[in-house]
Amino acid sequence: MGAAQKRKIRIECLRYQPGVDAAPRTQAWDVPFTDDMSVLQGLQHIKDHLDGSLTFRWSCRMAVCGSCGMMINGVPKLACETFLRDYLPAGVLIEPLTHFPIVRDLVIDQSDFLAKLESVRPYLIPAQPRTVGEGPYRQTPAQMDAYYQYSQCINCTLCYAACPQYGMNTHFTGPAVLALLHRYNEDSRDAGKAQRMEIVNAEDGVWGCTLVGYCSEVCPKGVDPARAVNQNKIESTKDYFRNLLLPRGSTSR
Amino acid sequence: MSTPNTYTRPIAGWWRRNPFYRAYILRELTCVAVIVFALELLVGLWRLVQGPEAFDAWRASLAQPWVIVVNCVVLALVAWHAWTWFEVMPKTLPFINLGGRRVPDRAIVAAGAIAAVVASLVVLFLFLTL
Amino acid sequence: MKRSNKPIFWSLFGAGGMLSALIGPMLVFLIALAVPLGFVSKETMDYPRVLAFAQNWVGKLVILVVVALFLFHGLHRLYHTLHDFGVHIGPGVKALHHGLAIVGTLIAAYLLFTLRSAA
Repeated sequence: MGAAQKRKIRIECLRYQPGVDAAPRTQAWDVPFTDDMSVLQGLQHIKDHLDGSLTFRWSCRMAVCGSCGMMINGVPKLACETFLRDYLPAGVLIEPLTHFPIVRDLVIDQSDFLAKLESVRPYLIPAQPRTVGEGPYRQTPAQMDAYYQYSQCINCTLCYAACPQYGMNTHFTGPAVLALLHRYNEDSRDAGKAQRMEIVNAEDGVWGCTLVGYCSEVCPKGVDPARAVNQNKIESTKDYFRNLLLPRGSTSR
Repeated sequence: MSTPNTYTRPIAGWWRRNPFYRAYILRELTCVAVIVFALELLVGLWRLVQGPEAFDAWRASLAQPWVIVVNCVVLALVAWHAWTWFEVMPKTLPFINLGGRRVPDRAIVAAGAIAAVVASLVVLFLFLTL
Repeated sequence: MKRSNKPIFWSLFGAGGMLSALIGPMLVFLIALAVPLGFVSKETMDYPRVLAFAQNWVGKLVILVVVALFLFHGLHRLYHTLHDFGVHIGPGVKALHHGLAIVGTLIAAYLLFTLRSAA
């Protein structure tokens, strides 16, 4: 099908230039498309042919890198696995992920998320350090099943855009970080749960969540962060009463 | 690490912005019905303590049309609370494995609903026979 | 980071939520609709019968637990919903909500205490 015969779809994007714009505005283009084109490809067409200044993050084009999270008609989605054909005839409005400061156009400031991610020690903390000579860890399928879905997180932060508690209070640790904390706690190779409890138990830890559940709804990888956070409410409660009734040593405050 | 000149969008009115949020707010607002019913019981208890005339007057007040209408709304909201409570219950529970397989969330929701039906029938039985 | 005290309130909220989910609808239906409208015999809520229930220790416990847990559940959730609506929830608002639940519980306990069997 020649370019002249392609259907067109209206793509409207939020535009914001730091230091130039006082507030965001929108700009729309009529973009030729085919049924197999993703929203990301639509944006790439705009950048390549219509307006080179449009700025957005992307990388893998196949929903594993987590770069292209955007609000697409008000819903947090990955642009690479959302299709233009589903937005006919009205077209599509693309905005940067909500609840994050806008850096430029569709790019948001992730630094808060990244800092929180570091804070939960998202790596295996074994009981005993292990040498290469001792061989690999062994884990049964059941042991892997206990944490597998939480390990699928690609740090796309769609869940933070979904979470109104994070939107109202950016001190809240948030869905993905708490899901990753849970992923390590549930891994049989890990012994670092006690070190992560301080974050779990804090007001802005699991207790910032009111189980809206939209995070799990928008997650493109089936991580189900709502579950990870809310299971840790029980853990936190057990820890609270254990601490109250049996005061321990320096492992808890 | 702070980026200069970023723009922060206002959060106010967030719950109006999509049906999922509106459903969440409705779920949360069922708490008003639970409070109202608890207060109705508390008033009834108070009238009970005051004696038979006061208690019978309270019973008559429950039969007033406007009170019936309000309590129909209370019933609807308490029932909605019950349903949505069991709907989210799986998220608060650890994974349950039976016979080597993961018990699906819908089974947990169904178990909760069935427990509610059984508990309700027990309440009905006790209410009618005690 | 300071440990949150939420577990106390959350446990009460959870217990009240579970209780009201299991028996709330039936209780509302019976007491507020079925008996006043006559679907169920009015005798079930006659003064002597209800009094006997409330004078019995098990009956007292049931009434107290239902009133207390329903109030703790509802008021804790209302407190959080106000925050969702953008109301600033400082310590005063928190104390008001949980305080009302405590007050309601104490009133119920006091009223039940005055209903001694000898009376």
